[in-house]
Amino acid sequence: MTIARDTWIVFSRAMRLSLRQPVWVVFGLLQPILYLALFGPLLETIADTRAFGEDVDAWQIFVPGLLVQLGLFGASFVGFGLIAEWRAGVIERMRVTPASRASLLLGRVLRDVIVLLVQGTMLVLVALLFGLRAPWWAMVAGVATVALLGACFASLSYGVALTLKSEDSFAPLLNGVALPLLLLSGILLPMSLAPQWLETLSNLNPLKHVVDGVRAMFRGDLTDPVALWGVGITVALVAFGLAIGTRVFRRESA
Amino acid sequence: MSTPIIDARGLRKTYSVRGRGKDAPRTVEAVKGVDITVAAGEIVGFLGPNGAGKTTTLRMLTTLLDPSGGTATVNGHDLAKDPVGVRRSIGYVAQMGTTDPSAVAGEELVDQARLYGIDRGVAAERGKALLSGLDLDGIWERKCGTLSGGQRRRLDIAMGLIHEPTIVFLDEPSTGLDPQSRANLWEHIRRVRDDFDTTVFITTHYMDEADALSDRLLVIDHGEIVGAGTSDELKRSVGGDQVLLTASSADAAAALAAAATEVLGDVPHEIDGDVVRLTVPDGASALPTLLREMGSGHDVAGVEVRRPTLDDVFLTMTGRSLRDEEA
Ligand SMILES: Nc1ncnc2c1ncn2[C@@H]1O[C@H](COP(=O)(O)OP(=O)(O)OP(=O)(O)O)[C@@H](O)[C@H]1O
Ligand SMILES: [Mg+2]
Repeated sequence: MTIARDTWIVFSRAMRLSLRQPVWVVFGLLQPILYLALFGPLLETIADTRAFGEDVDAWQIFVPGLLVQLGLFGASFVGFGLIAEWRAGVIERMRVTPASRASLLLGRVLRDVIVLLVQGTMLVLVALLFGLRAPWWAMVAGVATVALLGACFASLSYGVALTLKSEDSFAPLLNGVALPLLLLSGILLPMSLAPQWLETLSNLNPLKHVVDGVRAMFRGDLTDPVALWGVGITVALVAFGLAIGTRVFRRESA
Repeated sequence: MSTPIIDARGLRKTYSVRGRGKDAPRTVEAVKGVDITVAAGEIVGFLGPNGAGKTTTLRMLTTLLDPSGGTATVNGHDLAKDPVGVRRSIGYVAQMGTTDPSAVAGEELVDQARLYGIDRGVAAERGKALLSGLDLDGIWERKCGTLSGGQRRRLDIAMGLIHEPTIVFLDEPSTGLDPQSRANLWEHIRRVRDDFDTTVFITTHYMDEADALSDRLLVIDHGEIVGAGTSDELKRSVGGDQVLLTASSADAAAALAAAATEVLGDVPHEIDGDVVRLTVPDGASALPTLLREMGSGHDVAGVEVRRPTLDDVFLTMTGRSLRDEEA
């Protein structure tokens, strides 16, 4: 399969370049720890509101939220790197090779997914140290969700970046989209605290259902419809993101 | 000519440009239907001023840009129907560079070759030979961003040649190169052609480059091919060299002109103040004859031989100077 081989070549190049940035490596690994260490102490007090229900451990609520946030924010910014690559002529140079154009995207997305897998795993492991209790399969599913959301948002980010080709228009757009998505997902505070209109709005946000799904799993409930619904939405998001991204990369003069 | 390796018919590209303010959206006809025929193993210089449509033409021929009209085959592959076939046959060195500043030169070369299905070991060996041929020994381990402008440009060229393409498109490859590197590049390109029978399609603004390197020239202006031929043919079409004789005074100029045309035969000439301008096929050999044969009776205050430049060729072909940007 040539697309697999091309994807691998693009991936290994991208990964090698990322790993060679020491600051990037250190902060990438530090980030999940920072979330927990600087955010964790707040959680326990907030959880006392019992807004999430009786008998729920604060970590079971907030670690899924942090995982989804990692998937969203860890991946959304990758487009900036692509604009820089485009400006340096790297994208065009690769586009004149016989390599499949989808592989130029997929190789980069794969790099981002691997990075998120490592960060997600770190986050869960450190959370365990802080006191998280959840079934092992739920934690695996949580990390997998980070990776899948990462694939979706990285692909979208690349697609949009390659369309705009300008940091100055990409940055505001990114903020304009990612921030509402985050605020309306109930990652930080439970949406049940929200007024009706806000809750309705948040129900339109696919990420809210993903977070709810992972939370259900962390409570040990795999067959809960909320959990299945979350998995379904995650898969749909991945399909959507990759479709958009590949479309842009296949287009002429992208 | 046997079957051409590049054969473009009526290739056209129209960009739509978003209007600002009250301006309605408008279109720019960057390339207005060009025919290009290149034989295998030829080095063709593609000459034209800024904005003439050189890069746009190249981007269409390299499958980066869909033509708005026209057809082309490259190495027998149709641009629209078999873009992958085209890509397999070509190398392309873009005008704006090709490498990531944070990437290591050798690794960029190897990765590029691997995208063409070339084995890592072969690629490394070839890459090192290429770098050494381009006077870039010792940059294999260097980050591209730490190279000088000229070194980085030569690395771009190596990137375009690493897979030993049948045809290579070079978009202003010598931008930023010092005279020695430039001469070295010409030599290298000629060697690549001689050794591998590579077809070279190279854009440039410089007549000397086109002169030194190309078998044939295509001149493009405002999106149209306005001239084609060997460099000698093009220069001859301009009318040859000019010999300028400055007389001691404006009054003496007429006599000087008469004496000169007596020696050289009835060559075209004109008098402009105290300067006599003679057009001859070969100025360098005409001048000594002229000075010897005219004798000492004429007081020549200055002599100059002017070879036709791209400007002259251009002036003749388009009726405007190469330097008149945007009329
Ligand atoms: N993406 C684009 N959108 C709109 N107009 C464009 C675009 N690219 C090029 N043009 C216009 O098309 C014309 C031809 O441009 P092109 O880049 O092909 O010129 P060129 O001959 O390569 O010039 P140079 O010597 O400056 O590199 C120019 O008028 C340019 O402004
Ligand atoms: Mg150009």
